[in-house]
Amino acid sequence: MTDVAARPVTTIYRKPRSETGLWSWITTVDHKRIGTMYGYASFLFFLLGGIEALLLRVHLAQANSEFLTAGAYNALFTMHGTTMIFLFVMPASAAFFNYLLPLQLGARDVAFPRLNALSWWVFFFGGIFLYSSFIFGTSFAPMTPDGITGNIPINGGPGAFNFLADSPNGGWFGYQPNAGPFYSTGTAMDYWSMGLQILGLASLISSINFIVTVFNMRAKGMRLLRMPVFAWMTTVVAFLMLFSLPIIAVALFLATFDRQFGSVFFQASNGGDPILWQHLFWLFGHPEVYILILPAMGIVSEVIPTFSRKPLFGYSAVVFAGAAIAFLGFGVWAHHMFSSGISPVAQAAFGLATMTIAVPTGIKIFNWLGTMWLGKIRFNTAMLFSVGFVAMFVIGGLSGVTHSIVPSDWQQTDTYYIVGHFHYVLFGGAIFGLFSGLYYWYPKLRGRLMNERLGKIHFWLMFIGMNMTFAPMHWLGLQGMVRRTWKYPAEAGLETWNQIETIGAFTIALSILFFMYNWWRSKTHGEPSGLDPWDARTVEWMIPNPTPEYNFAVSPVVESLDDFWRRKYTEDEEGRAVRRPEADQVIADLEEIGHNPPAPIHLPNPSYFPFLVGLAITIISYGIIYHTSAWGKALIVGGVLLTLISFIGWGIEPLEDEPDDAAPGNLQPAEAH
Amino acid sequence: MRSRLRSLRLAGLVLLALVVSACQLVAPDVEDAPLNSLDPQGPFARQIDDLFWPVFWIATGVFFFVQLAIIVAAIFFRDRPGRKEPKQIHGNAKLEVIWTVIPALILATIAVPTVRTVFDLTECSPDAMRVEVIGHQWWFEFRYSNLEGIPDGVEIETANTMVIPADEEVCALMTSEDVVHNFWVPKLNGKRYLVPGQETILRLQADEPGTYYAHCAEFCGLSHSLMRAQVEAVPRAEFDAWLARQLEPAAVPDEGTPEFEGLQVFQNAGCVQCHAIDFEDNDQNITDNVLPRDAFNGPNLTHFADQYRTHFAGAALPEHGEDYDTALKRWLADPPSVKPGSFMPDLGLTEAEIDDLIAWLKTLE
Amino acid sequence: MAEAVHPESHGHAEHESTGVDSRKLGMWLFLSSEFLFFGALITNYLLYSNRTGFNIYPREVYDIPFTSVSSFVLLMSSLTMVLAHNAVSRDDQPQARTWLFATAALGSVFLAGQVFEFTEFIVHYDMKLTTNPVASAFYVLTGFHGLHVAIGVFMLLSLWGISRFKGRLSEEKGMNVEMVGLYWHFVDIIWIVIFTVVYLIDAARV
Repeated sequence: MTDVAARPVTTIYRKPRSETGLWSWITTVDHKRIGTMYGYASFLFFLLGGIEALLLRVHLAQANSEFLTAGAYNALFTMHGTTMIFLFVMPASAAFFNYLLPLQLGARDVAFPRLNALSWWVFFFGGIFLYSSFIFGTSFAPMTPDGITGNIPINGGPGAFNFLADSPNGGWFGYQPNAGPFYSTGTAMDYWSMGLQILGLASLISSINFIVTVFNMRAKGMRLLRMPVFAWMTTVVAFLMLFSLPIIAVALFLATFDRQFGSVFFQASNGGDPILWQHLFWLFGHPEVYILILPAMGIVSEVIPTFSRKPLFGYSAVVFAGAAIAFLGFGVWAHHMFSSGISPVAQAAFGLATMTIAVPTGIKIFNWLGTMWLGKIRFNTAMLFSVGFVAMFVIGGLSGVTHSIVPSDWQQTDTYYIVGHFHYVLFGGAIFGLFSGLYYWYPKLRGRLMNERLGKIHFWLMFIGMNMTFAPMHWLGLQGMVRRTWKYPAEAGLETWNQIETIGAFTIALSILFFMYNWWRSKTHGEPSGLDPWDARTVEWMIPNPTPEYNFAVSPVVESLDDFWRRKYTEDEEGRAVRRPEADQVIADLEEIGHNPPAPIHLPNPSYFPFLVGLAITIISYGIIYHTSAWGKALIVGGVLLTLISFIGWGIEPLEDEPDDAAPGNLQPAEAH
Repeated sequence: MRSRLRSLRLAGLVLLALVVSACQLVAPDVEDAPLNSLDPQGPFARQIDDLFWPVFWIATGVFFFVQLAIIVAAIFFRDRPGRKEPKQIHGNAKLEVIWTVIPALILATIAVPTVRTVFDLTECSPDAMRVEVIGHQWWFEFRYSNLEGIPDGVEIETANTMVIPADEEVCALMTSEDVVHNFWVPKLNGKRYLVPGQETILRLQADEPGTYYAHCAEFCGLSHSLMRAQVEAVPRAEFDAWLARQLEPAAVPDEGTPEFEGLQVFQNAGCVQCHAIDFEDNDQNITDNVLPRDAFNGPNLTHFADQYRTHFAGAALPEHGEDYDTALKRWLADPPSVKPGSFMPDLGLTEAEIDDLIAWLKTLE
Repeated sequence: MAEAVHPESHGHAEHESTGVDSRKLGMWLFLSSEFLFFGALITNYLLYSNRTGFNIYPREVYDIPFTSVSSFVLLMSSLTMVLAHNAVSRDDQPQARTWLFATAALGSVFLAGQVFEFTEFIVHYDMKLTTNPVASAFYVLTGFHGLHVAIGVFMLLSLWGISRFKGRLSEEKGMNVEMVGLYWHFVDIIWIVIFTVVYLIDAARV
């Protein structure tokens, strides 16, 4: 690891040079470090969103409960949804993309390392911004357009935890005009709309980065159809983000203008159309669902072949099914609005379009089954989570099909049936997939394996807990429990199942404690993994663990799909895998060369400009919320100036030190310090 | 061998658990759940129900097929000592086609009745009785006009309880005065938005007289969960009689009675800012529409104590098993503590004033 | 996002690649996203513009001759941008500087025209952001376009400044000129769409 070329001190800039400590993390442009930070930050938000969920579940364990005030309840379910989608699953997927995409492609970094750091800092500050609403936000009772206000008594109505009611409370979907200036007064929903805008910007930047990386940075011989499925799903998700985020950006800008500057896009009393918001929101929101699930599908498509010791069944079918899901995902948004009174023609069309999505989804599931079939399956924790993913995702998929039966959806939409459905997809699906990935790729991070015993306890507790929590939601919904309901009446017969769900939720929480302990303990006590702990198939396992700073000492040359497997195994006349005699030597050689690069490797320089731009954008956002006051205006001006200065600095800062770059040394950027 | 047996036993247990859960769904033990969507009581809800079950069973079939495949794979293809390395199969084009085409065919089969039902249920028949439904934060208002028995230009307004004739189609013409709401009477039909500035329709029909519960299904602010309603289906004759009663104005109680005191409270404490009462000649200076119709307006209380209007405060009160008077007292004393964010403020009424007010309100039959 | 980070230079030949420069590819991707952004805004405008009953519509207050002139100015700036790029490829630094500055100047003239137009609408016709949804949609759409022009002007001036103080735009910065050019042409094309659909076609309905 000592052969990394020492970074020469350049003459014209004082550039960040620390390699350890806080400053090195702030200025890093290394995709692995950025991925790691994404991972930890998203897990922190996962815990916050989980605590919110637990509070909600405690509240709902009782009919007519007054554990939380109505305001606190609404704020918690809004923030639970917003957090889990935008601050947990998306950035957790980004963590995997960041860490693994270059490794799976055989590259040393992403195409734009500094833009990558920018995505991360914009995301991180966006998350902080959103959560700062718990401290700075305000929220009052609704006001009709003619100025008559409702009341929240001093004690916030019956219940406790009313201090939580000052954070965003208009739902993660922010339906207008309820989330607009008259019905969500105060700044809470401003934090929501501006916060989502910031987070969207972060994802947009990374989507561009990932697509260019895939198009231009693949190792020699790594043709598109030799890429691991996870890299494929990253690409598909990046395109989904690229094309869906501008829509939500427009929707959020319209809402922000309504709230901040008095435009009337969604104010019916002025001729605005509240349904337009829903169209724009779901035109983004449905692709968003696939943004959340496709990364997990990619992970599962890596884990199942490895532990079945078979290639992925129908590789190209799985890849194209993923692309088809993404493509169709843009044409089904109105199934979130079947009860909105859109025309029957539209309802029928969107219903049919929704049904068609079941076909590529089914292809994926059957191909995973086909991979396991006749395999030699090792059920370690990573594999358990992946198989759990298939089993649970099927349930979510099937209940999804019932929504495409439009009239049936009229009964089920906005009930707990839907809540159950998408938790099977997002918890049983996305989260199981992400945990599977964590157990699978943990050695890349630490050079050690996670503890299997603790891992299995984690899996089974989580599996049981999640079914206890989310399965009853289906029949609660069918029995008439509407969503987002602070109180349900005692006579509705809903209490028993709600209590079981609450127990289930705490079971999940317990399983997370096992996971956290395992994660922390394995760092020092885990079994050393070596280079190839799983007898893996793909290129990212051809380098030492933990991953060296430069990834590949020598860029690999790829000759087939599952190139690493090909180097270790051949097939006998029956088609069965036979380990090559030289396989152990291949691994030893890779280990050796991975630690000792034959030639010096230049790595991109750290930079503090991404951090500064992220900070500046957040400052502008605070300024916009308080733009009516003088200091709000000052924040906007200051933020804009900081952005411009940072971008200029960014533009003239060289990415790498090039010794023969004869740059004149007379320019001192203003912010050099 | 033993491990295979153990796995089989485990698989059996898992399957059993799944079957039990599925049965839960098929035979819900709470058949009297007021909002049970699996208990259709009218032709439209039944049409939806008839569509749901076949799909449910197909889904159940697929569910068992996939789970069984996973369990079989987990048992038979598990890595055991002596197990040979697997064949490196990369795929099978024939299988891919099969598992693409079969789901597509199943879906195409489901699609036909789906589309038909969509078109069936989105338009009212022309001779159906029209009732306007207006959503407010957080209560439903129902208006009847242009019906047989109602003079031209007269509109009957009621809140929380929608009275309809049984076994007749009723067409709800719906809109909202503030945010998006969603009117859902699960036993009579699916749900439909109430959108400010737009009109949506919902077909309702109950086979038998009875009370059918309704709930707002779209998140509409602080007290969304307390925005409930009832649909009271009554025989045609009783419906006509009810309509006739609704046309009668409220009576002014005799002076000196608690009821009269209650009316004084009503007039002086600020209730008239939002609530209208129709008196015979309106010499009490309580007029309709103190506020413009399209601005905020509380429920018309002329028939507050109508026999079908058994609930108030967005039909959230009285709670199950709670005494009507106790609930009303609780409500009048501090509305926002019952219904957070309620536009009806705490007027600081004394106990005696509340008693008088209740006495008077109960005369408004 | 026009600032550019060039991919790892070492070992570039060992990569499978589209052959398109990464920065250019990134810019194209960004612009494809921007197309949808403006597409949504234009759709939003058309949706409300097609509704009846509003007290005032932007199409009733347009000054088509005036906007035609400012559109022409913006169109000309695309021409000067091409000339600037051309000069950089010939390594004719003084020419490049001149054309970059001219482009920024023409962009600024267009922005000044927009400020004048907004003031006119607000002061003389009382059509404000808050008046009705179609007015809101008009201001937000054209305002966002104006913001894009302003960012473009900032980038052009930055390039001009680099060229001015560093003496020359290196080949690497030449790529930057091409990228800013891409962005600038995009902003122009979007304006042509807006001017046609939102101004001309809409005004023809009065």
